[in-house]
Amino acid sequence: MKLSLRIWRQPDADTKGEMVPYEIDGVSEDASFLEMLDVLNEHLISEGKDPVAFDHDCREGICGACSLVIDGQAHGPQAATTTCQLHMRKFSDGDSIDIEPWRAGAFPVIKDLVVDRSAFDRIIQAGGYISAPTGTAPDAHAVPIPKQDADAAFNAAACIGCGACVAACPNGSGMLFMAAKVAHLGLTPQGQPERQTRVLGMVAAHDEAGFGGCTNVGECSAACPKEIGLDVIGRLNKDFRKAAIRAA
Amino acid sequence: MNWTREAYRVYRVAVSTELQSRTAAHPVKRARAPWKPWRSTIGLKVAMGVSGILLVLFLVAHMAGNLHVFEGRESMNDYAAGLRSFGEPLLPHESLLWVMRLGLIAAVAVHIVSAVVLTRRAMQARPVRYASKKPAKGESRHAVATMRWGAIVIVLFVAWHLMDLTWRTVNPVKDLHDAYGAVVATFDPERWPVTVFYLLALVALGFHLRHGIWSAVQTIAGPNTRWRKRTQAVSLAVAVLLVAGFAIVPLAVTFGLVS
Repeated sequence: MKLSLRIWRQPDADTKGEMVPYEIDGVSEDASFLEMLDVLNEHLISEGKDPVAFDHDCREGICGACSLVIDGQAHGPQAATTTCQLHMRKFSDGDSIDIEPWRAGAFPVIKDLVVDRSAFDRIIQAGGYISAPTGTAPDAHAVPIPKQDADAAFNAAACIGCGACVAACPNGSGMLFMAAKVAHLGLTPQGQPERQTRVLGMVAAHDEAGFGGCTNVGECSAACPKEIGLDVIGRLNKDFRKAAIRAA
Repeated sequence: MNWTREAYRVYRVAVSTELQSRTAAHPVKRARAPWKPWRSTIGLKVAMGVSGILLVLFLVAHMAGNLHVFEGRESMNDYAAGLRSFGEPLLPHESLLWVMRLGLIAAVAVHIVSAVVLTRRAMQARPVRYASKKPAKGESRHAVATMRWGAIVIVLFVAWHLMDLTWRTVNPVKDLHDAYGAVVATFDPERWPVTVFYLLALVALGFHLRHGIWSAVQTIAGPNTRWRKRTQAVSLAVAVLLVAGFAIVPLAVTFGLVS
């Protein structure tokens, strides 16, 4: 496959970036999207040029490290798929492909396609955890959870924190990520003691990081590689309303 | 071990301090007044949703009242006069009207202020735009394009509408007691641009409500997936009924069914 790429190049956070065109030939359709970029980078390195920086880790679709907005779509055109699991057979010979980083004020570009997602860490630090005495693992049936709640909590817990929701949201909101955590912990008995402080703290940290608000248009959910539904945002809103009234 | 509330607190502080020590300090971008839940993005959205629902209730009453036009001049004008004399002589003249007016002004103010603050935050949240853009593929894909632009059309329309049928500044019928005459005059076939603008504003309103109603419920009540789908259906039905109910009056006048 022969492809024309346009890739966002930005040397560091303080320098203005631009879309730079690249031509690449001989791409196998069995290659993953990131492997295609690896090949491009090998060419660039052999030419003595600066390779394109991009985030990746497990390349199995479960770590949340890879990103990339491909042709205006977070994680590319394939639904419920991370960029690392996207394969070049989804594209055709001669295609031109735009590759950009997640664009959000709260996710400043570090270099090229790599963004700083520590705003998500700060949201988690503000309440996205449970406090429990650790020790030997408790028996699995020590704390019974209704099957429905366990399933819903598990679906929310599938969030890998990649940030595609923010990238896809027209408002640059981190609400789906935050809501997934609030739903995941709020549905389990272990999450109850901190349920109120969690939602208030996380929303404060979310706004402080400079994310926008949710307008319920659902672009986040459509882009989410783990198919987290909008119902978690409803749960977040409800928890927030209750906690805010009780705190007042 | 029995965890007291205080022990939990101490433990949590210890854990978060430990986590923070591993992360580089991050510069705070915007200094804001002390954080209050109602100033948060969700708090503002609740304010927008509650005020929006109140405005929808007003629209339902307004639309139903408009239909008096089909009962003739006398019935329509009696209805208009009845709104002013409601509760008399126990209550002063126009008391219901003033309660409605003040309520509407408050709801509109809350709705617009929260929308402006949230829109500004949304714009700041994406300082650099994407070079390539794909059509929306979310649950409410029309909303991305229609909510904010539609809102501007609606604001312009309301300004015109007040000058036209409330204050009669731009209406040929100056007699404030002749509501029927004013409606017939403004939608006269010769004044077709007025009718077209009215219908255009209704389309904007329809799209605004189609998303706005369920979005408000989602923000205030937080329904699960099944109830969200139901809310979306109700929202669409209310939007269609309201637009149809409002549109039938100017169309009837323009096509001579009411004259």
